[in-house]
Amino acid sequence: MRDKQIENLKDYKYGFSTDIESFKAPKGLNEEVIRFISNIKKEPDWLLQWRLKAFERLKVLEEPDWQKPKYPKIDYQDLYYYSAPKSFKEKPKNLEDLDPKLLETYKKLGIPLQEQKRLNGIAVDAVFDSVSVATTFKDTLTEKGIIFCSISEAIQKHPDLVRKYLGSVIPITDHFFATLNSAVFTDGSFVYIPPNVKCPMELSTYFRINASDTGQFERTLIIADKGSYVSYLEGCTAPMRDENQLHAANVELIALDDAEIKYSTVQNWYPGDKDGKGGIYNFVTKRGLCKGKNSKISWTQVETGSAITWKYPSCILKGDNSIGEFYSIAITNNHQKADTGTKMIHLGKNTKSKIISKGISAGKSDMTYRGLVDISKNAANSTNFTQCDSLLMGNKCGAHTVPYIKNKNLNSSIAHEATTSKISEDQLHYCQQRGLNQEEAVGLIVNGFCKEVLQQLPMEFAVEAQKLVGISLEGSVG
Amino acid sequence: MEQKLKTDFDKFISTSNFSNQEIKLKKEAFDNFLKNGFPNRKLENWKFSDINQIIQKNIGELAFYNDYNVENEINDDIFIKEIEHNKIVIVNGKVERLIFEYEEKDKINLSTLDNFNQNSNDDNSLLSLNNSFSNKIHNILVKKNYSFKKPLIIYQITNEKVSNTNINFQLNFELEENSSIKIINLSDDNSEKNFINNLFNFNLGKNSILKNYKIDKKSNTNIKYDYSSIIQKENSISETFIFSSGPHYIKNEVNCNLEGKYSSAFINGIHLLSKNKHHEIRTRTNHLYENTKSYQLIKSVINDSSKSVYQGKIYVDSKAQKTDGYQLSKALLLNEQAEFNAKPELEIYADDVKCSHGSASGSLDDNSIFYLMSRGLNQTTAKELLINGFLLDVVEKITDDEIKKLLKNMIGLN
Repeated sequence: MRDKQIENLKDYKYGFSTDIESFKAPKGLNEEVIRFISNIKKEPDWLLQWRLKAFERLKVLEEPDWQKPKYPKIDYQDLYYYSAPKSFKEKPKNLEDLDPKLLETYKKLGIPLQEQKRLNGIAVDAVFDSVSVATTFKDTLTEKGIIFCSISEAIQKHPDLVRKYLGSVIPITDHFFATLNSAVFTDGSFVYIPPNVKCPMELSTYFRINASDTGQFERTLIIADKGSYVSYLEGCTAPMRDENQLHAANVELIALDDAEIKYSTVQNWYPGDKDGKGGIYNFVTKRGLCKGKNSKISWTQVETGSAITWKYPSCILKGDNSIGEFYSIAITNNHQKADTGTKMIHLGKNTKSKIISKGISAGKSDMTYRGLVDISKNAANSTNFTQCDSLLMGNKCGAHTVPYIKNKNLNSSIAHEATTSKISEDQLHYCQQRGLNQEEAVGLIVNGFCKEVLQQLPMEFAVEAQKLVGISLEGSVG
Repeated sequence: MEQKLKTDFDKFISTSNFSNQEIKLKKEAFDNFLKNGFPNRKLENWKFSDINQIIQKNIGELAFYNDYNVENEINDDIFIKEIEHNKIVIVNGKVERLIFEYEEKDKINLSTLDNFNQNSNDDNSLLSLNNSFSNKIHNILVKKNYSFKKPLIIYQITNEKVSNTNINFQLNFELEENSSIKIINLSDDNSEKNFINNLFNFNLGKNSILKNYKIDKKSNTNIKYDYSSIIQKENSISETFIFSSGPHYIKNEVNCNLEGKYSSAFINGIHLLSKNKHHEIRTRTNHLYENTKSYQLIKSVINDSSKSVYQGKIYVDSKAQKTDGYQLSKALLLNEQAEFNAKPELEIYADDVKCSHGSASGSLDDNSIFYLMSRGLNQTTAKELLINGFLLDVVEKITDDEIKKLLKNMIGLN
């Protein structure tokens, strides 16, 4: 794969670009396009049939409209569902071509120059890429028997695993956006951890060569076999430039007996400008299945980007004694909108779940926590604890909490708490007295507010996320 | 059903003597109901209790025509003897008696309304249904600076004469500046399998106080919907207490608009359910002006295969700075078949507010039972004691001592 990458770059040197242009599906959503995608990726027939089945289902599904943030109608026939990576010609040549605001943010986050280029799809010289840390990591993983590759590669090399688990958590009959993804997904990550293996490092899309252009319909599948452990990082703190407005990704996690999956997300996509023009719609379906006994799935998310964030990373606690956790920070500023939260579905006995959600809204933004805790009849001795706190900055923004609580088991208990408040004058005054300016003081207090969630992130990530929290709120006070 | 509705409505209009204005409004309301039909689970507010389905399943075909010309006999034995009180007696949706014997006649004004509030709400077609089929709406006006000397007890009676019928009833209260009233709303259902739809409007002027206690404990197979709309001006206080235990299904809805500064609303409720009852309380407090306060405490004890639902929403407008809102719901599940659903919701657009909610559900604490048993109580008594204590918490919130005592006796909590 690495060789292929270098090969590509070589091609570039000698001026290719014409070839790749032809790899574009025509506009629109129809059977032809799905066949085209499947064909171009040389997919086996069962997968094509699976996609087509999803497409059949999609025809009868209606786009949901119960969410708080409304958006203009999307014309699904006006989108490209497959286009090969853009040639370097079309991409910005160097950093000077970029929005200076973006560069400023990079500087504050301390992102190296080469990395800044990579994020924006600027041609990085082959030397930098070929000696990248990624390759060394790859060897360690292979040694342990861990499979970590793109889902297209997995379909070719590990079809049995993919066939067994793909769609087992998010079936093709799910809601509109999930089904749309099933029909037209282009690429994404695949992870398989063999039994009793503890993944020695945090896996991240960052380390997966060729991962930069996964497109708007990403599909991720992570399987942790018996007794294994994996921590997976998605996204990064740096703002991402992106041409696609709609993002409808699907993420499926499966934890077998005694396995644990930790999934962390930092999302900082383009939120639109100050007046709310443009920006990404982040409509992602994330669902984890604690299939085996004593399994555990933990979601941690820091959501600061996108014009509209609409997602509910969920846990289905099927195995007895399984545990689901959800830690979230969502920050909205300017005209951003978020409707996010989680679902904890307790099916097995002695299952436990914990939800910690922190929402911060500033400017003219609007934020909703929406969550479901459902304890079924058979989930004896299950417990849930939910805490959602919201912080408001200014009286042009909104913060809402909409929890759904269903308890059908008498030996189970559910506790839910929510508060909404603002930063108190006393706290601000105290910090300012100690020499911090107002913005720094707010940053400090907000970080304290979010601490419970930030602690859950892997170390390197946590430091960056902390900075990101401060930056996201810039200009919202005073 | 549509045909039945139309014929019943025409029959109702032709046999009653409404003014032209009333008929016009009723027709509008009726068209609105025809358009929307009974609410079902597709509407967010009815997610947990699909009333359309519940009516279909438990009653089947409903008759909408109700003859208000019939004279109903009233047995005086049903009146509460413990306290002196004013009475309104309603039988099958018709006001039979209005007796205000303890009050100064010139301080209250009794009338019927010609112009009623449409309460048009797409989400709630039941209000339209009520507007189209309810009899003349009585309005009770309490004049400036007058406080009711004795409580008013509203006896809401249904008798065996009605079954498989939809009964709609509406009553209006207007409290002028500095006035106050205490109301006990007592349901006494001797009928089975009816759909009873009540609507109460309260308009609270400056500095006025409303205390409203709703008791529904007589077991029956009726399906009920009870909607209270409370609109509050500056410095007014409303206190609502709901004890819901009797009918097969009831949804109690309280909508409170805090429109004036320093106004406050308190809503407390109890669900005490057994067999296969399905009760819901939905509260919505709208903080529309600064310095307003609201408080809700709802407790459920759920036995057998009953289902209790609480939906509460605190809405804070961007104008309503310094809002203080609190909401707590707790449920005890006593049986494997019991179910508790809650949706405590906050919708907040102002930043200088203090709003919080909590919700907890589970079974009785084993340690507490053990403690009591080690003190010599048997298990049944220990459980009873704990349940009583759990519910008393809500009853103790009642601010009127005389009424509190009466209600405690009625409910059987001591």
